[in-house]
Amino acid sequence: MWQYEKKLQYPVNIKNCNPKLAQIIISQYGGPDGELAASLRYLSQRFSMPYNELKGLLTDIGTEELAHLEMIGAIVYQLTKNLTEEEIKTSGFDAYFVDHTTGIYPAAASGTPFTAAYIQSKGDVLTDLHENLAAEQKARTTYDNILRFCDDPDVADPIKFLRQREIVHYQRFGEGLRLATDRLDSKNFYAFNPSFDKCGK
Amino acid sequence: MNKEQAMQLRRLSSIHFALVELNLFLDTHPDNGEALKMFNSYKAKYEALLRAYEQNYGPITTMGTMGNTTWDWIKGPWPWEPLKESIK
Repeated sequence: MWQYEKKLQYPVNIKNCNPKLAQIIISQYGGPDGELAASLRYLSQRFSMPYNELKGLLTDIGTEELAHLEMIGAIVYQLTKNLTEEEIKTSGFDAYFVDHTTGIYPAAASGTPFTAAYIQSKGDVLTDLHENLAAEQKARTTYDNILRFCDDPDVADPIKFLRQREIVHYQRFGEGLRLATDRLDSKNFYAFNPSFDKCGK
Repeated sequence: MNKEQAMQLRRLSSIHFALVELNLFLDTHPDNGEALKMFNSYKAKYEALLRAYEQNYGPITTMGTMGNTTWDWIKGPWPWEPLKESIK
């Protein structure tokens, strides 16, 4: 089970509102490579993971992703606080505003609502770990793209922290893959290995 | 997981559930002294049971890890694994 901790993993304190930036950053809340998808992906995959190292890693990274989801929510919330009608109209935030006002809704920057189609949970350790390695890189690229639009250091600072976490998670998943392949039959390293069908038992 | 551990875990979980119920009630009744008293009493019970459980069987959270040479957090069984399978 889970217990909420009443603190952010890394502080978010944004002085100036910027609805245009909020509409871009919301993608890391409910977009294809966002934190919600990341958390659901890992927390779902862990049930069929063999090996305690991988069960632990998926549980712990899946949990950390929820803390990142909260940080993105805080960033979007602070970027859209005290908006004037004029700012909503001129920034292009009106499209989001008409459906959600300034509520935090899991959607991509394009407006597409969150869907579980963004994730995969295949019940195969190699398949799932490769999905996760790709997912961490896709999220890292998205943060790189967000940083291109960030001229406010109050926003760039927590975004850079989140970008770094993608890199750390990628490293840990790589180690997880290594742990799994080390236990594979050397004759079909990296490929489907029937011995995995037994290893959960 | 042996029978004794399973029973201790059940006790810990049931007291924790009482805390969860009181927590929700207190969210909407923050000045209810009776509920607050119950929360504090279950909290003390929970803390004592948690300490004993973690000492005997391993961590419930990473803050309860005790190993100096190995990371006992990842040790099974994990909560989603059926009990029968773990008794060996």
